[in-house]
Amino acid sequence: MTVIEQTAGVEPREKSRAWGKLKKSRSALAGLAIILFFTVLAVAAPLLPIPDPVATSWSAIRKAPSAAHWLGTDDLGRDILSRMIWGAQASLMAGIFSVVIAVVIGVPFGMLAGYFGGWVDLVISRITEALLAMPFLIMAIALAAFLGPSLTNAMIAIGLTAMPIFVRLTRGQVLAVKQEDYVEGARSVGLGHVDIMVRYILPNVTAPIIVQATLTVATAIIAEASLSFLGLGQQPPAASWGSMLNVAKNFLSQAPWMAMWPGAAIFLVVIGFNLLGDGLRDALDPREH
Amino acid sequence: MTQDPVLSVRNLTTAFRTDEGWRSVVRNVSFDIASGETLAIVGESGSGKSVTSLSIMRLLAPGASRIEGEIRLNGRDLLGLSEKAMRGVRGNEVSMIFQEPMTSLNPIFTIGRQISEVLTRHKGLSKTEARAETIRMLERVRIPNAASRFDEYPHQFSGGMRQRVMIAMALASRPKLLIADEPTTALDVTIQGQILDLIKELQDEEGMAVLFITHDMGVVAEIADRTVVMLRGDAVETGPTEDIFHRGRHPYTRALLSAVPKLGSMEGKALPLRFPVVDTATGIALEPVGAERSVVQHQPILEVRNLVTRFPVRSGLFSRQTGAVHAVENVSFDLRQGETLSLVGESGCGKSTTGRSIMRLIEPTEGEIQLDGFNVRELGALELQRMRKSIQMIFQDPFSSLNPRMSVGQAVAEPFLKHRMGTAAEAREKAAYLLERVGLPAAMMSRYPHEFSGGQRQRIAIARALSLDPKVIVADESVSALDVSIKAQVCNLLLDLQESLDLAFLFISHDMAVVERVSHRVAVMYLGEIVEIGPRAAVFENPQHPYTKKLMAAVPVPDPARRGIRRGISNEELKSPVRPLGYRPPVRQYREVSVGHLVQVADA
Repeated sequence: MTVIEQTAGVEPREKSRAWGKLKKSRSALAGLAIILFFTVLAVAAPLLPIPDPVATSWSAIRKAPSAAHWLGTDDLGRDILSRMIWGAQASLMAGIFSVVIAVVIGVPFGMLAGYFGGWVDLVISRITEALLAMPFLIMAIALAAFLGPSLTNAMIAIGLTAMPIFVRLTRGQVLAVKQEDYVEGARSVGLGHVDIMVRYILPNVTAPIIVQATLTVATAIIAEASLSFLGLGQQPPAASWGSMLNVAKNFLSQAPWMAMWPGAAIFLVVIGFNLLGDGLRDALDPREH
Repeated sequence: MTQDPVLSVRNLTTAFRTDEGWRSVVRNVSFDIASGETLAIVGESGSGKSVTSLSIMRLLAPGASRIEGEIRLNGRDLLGLSEKAMRGVRGNEVSMIFQEPMTSLNPIFTIGRQISEVLTRHKGLSKTEARAETIRMLERVRIPNAASRFDEYPHQFSGGMRQRVMIAMALASRPKLLIADEPTTALDVTIQGQILDLIKELQDEEGMAVLFITHDMGVVAEIADRTVVMLRGDAVETGPTEDIFHRGRHPYTRALLSAVPKLGSMEGKALPLRFPVVDTATGIALEPVGAERSVVQHQPILEVRNLVTRFPVRSGLFSRQTGAVHAVENVSFDLRQGETLSLVGESGCGKSTTGRSIMRLIEPTEGEIQLDGFNVRELGALELQRMRKSIQMIFQDPFSSLNPRMSVGQAVAEPFLKHRMGTAAEAREKAAYLLERVGLPAAMMSRYPHEFSGGQRQRIAIARALSLDPKVIVADESVSALDVSIKAQVCNLLLDLQESLDLAFLFISHDMAVVERVSHRVAVMYLGEIVEIGPRAAVFENPQHPYTKKLMAAVPVPDPARRGIRRGISNEELKSPVRPLGYRPPVRQYREVSVGHLVQVADA
């Protein structure tokens, strides 16, 4: 019976195990690095020696990248590098916070619908379907218009619009996991609904939710762009990648760099979240080595 | 047999690509099958028996697997054929039937179309010819009203009938070789008997060779002329089935055979008996001594009276209730401390529902349940949680009964903590103790379920069930999914635990041979009702109810001497317990055969 001592500390091992696995995954670290890079840029924007992002210059309209303007200038002669860095704030926040809103509201409702079934499911599912029936952008625009034009409201609107996807996804996953014997086993040892949902169901439905969340970050960044275009998101002249892209599409042949940089940035951030999400999913799964 | 073999396999070695390079899962396996002959490959999970059959059909993913050796079908080397030529062999010269009749038919096509497709593709028949031939095939596998069922879909057939359809499809092209991969494992025992008889009958008529893959020694004894015993990728012994059973040379063969529960082996014994412990290295069996114990006759710990559980069947636009599944109908029994009562019966007989109703995992419709001082049906939510300390459950599938995201230590300690039976430190200590108690090192506490084998997981599930010090354990098919040798070990563990902890077991199983070994009393269930209940010896040695007799006759006995025995082809199906709304079940009378041995009297 000398082995009993070794078993103390079961709890901490799980967390360190997940971290250890995440650290070992090169792609996850690359994803993390990308996200950190943009986050640091966004936070440090006021401190960096870059031109004013809203200063227009009639002598430097749509100039290609040069020593003076590393990434070129836009249709009003504003420095794109500077706008990119300042715009990172709005875009990252739009991407992250709207997804957080969508997950925080959507997942619990999906869990309730899937777990309890019956009329709870009926009500939640019908509302979800009604929301999903409306096109994503129209819905977001309607909500944002209703809430009033500001970046915060845009994020809330996007979050609420993306929420039904998570309800649906979570509900489906819960329905599958609920069939497993270990859920009935948990009932038979006398665990309550909350325990079962938190300890038995939630950990087993997270994988597809994480993947969906990382993909939704991209959708949210683009959606914020559309809202800004309509004056419902980031208020001009302040920049966001999405709004930059939106303007750039009118000058695609004359000034391709205007679209290139924000496009590349969105692409990188989405890749970053995807890599991190995949790594996180594997790290949290004890079955993966 | 002097003629050339239909299938000749020489030095078959199959390897799979893994992260660490090629890993062989089948090594140097050689055998021949002549026409009209049945060869069985028997082994436990992971022995490579299915991979052998998939290698013959070349159904393994080409990039991830490597097949070496020689596979000759009527002299032609299958490994040298192009993929296109191989497609002409599969389903034509060689046919295959699989374990799962529920998933191996395409649900969106009629069964007639699925069978005639084989004929139009491989035999070049016209549509009308194929239809006529298909109906003839369905008749040959004894599907009643074959012509009218041609246009029906798979979901309209029961499991046994679907397996017949699969066989009809496999035989449609008149193959020279039929590969049957665990074709009866998913079926009920009476249906299994029918299918085995059918395969034998058809083989006599067609003279085809049969390669039969199974883990069940009873089935082997019944069907095979010759047998290959496989162990972890190696064919450890090959020979006529008689020799394998009576003069097995390899220790593993002997170990495997002595671990097989054999119906009728308990004759003359009144009490449960452990399985002999066999050393797989030497093959020497040690009959356990002092395994028997009697039940002290005190007050029952569990009393069930007139339990009824029904599920509404809804249909139509407004999902109105149109009927009910009478899953459990008027079931009564007692269970004492230290006693094992087995509920046996085939799928849909209500045995599992009975167990779940008693635990109120399913709400019973009527009846009374007294458990350890609790009036189970009257309990509120809080009292129900307290009651769960008295009764615990062990499930069938060890791969789905543990939360994959929870370490084993957490899983075992959790119930103890939830019921506030002690501190976290005490819970850990208890978990460590329990793991040791079920035969696992306590150091494994921080591991996760996927790191364990099926048998080990079932031990973990048992440890978890024990963490609340329950008095009654409902074991729902708890050993059914395990390999023979593991099954024997887990049964022995359950008997040990019963002895030391004075546990009462409600042992739910379809496996008559295991039930015979472990029970004090047995209740046979059919269509939701107990048709016969009594002391094990009385029920097994003097079965009274026709269904009990039928059930016992259907069990394959691991004795090759019984190979000639045919049960007489029948295609009776299990009846459905779905009744129309307002159905009143008849009032049943029971007749006492001997002390405590009650039999339902047939309808007057």
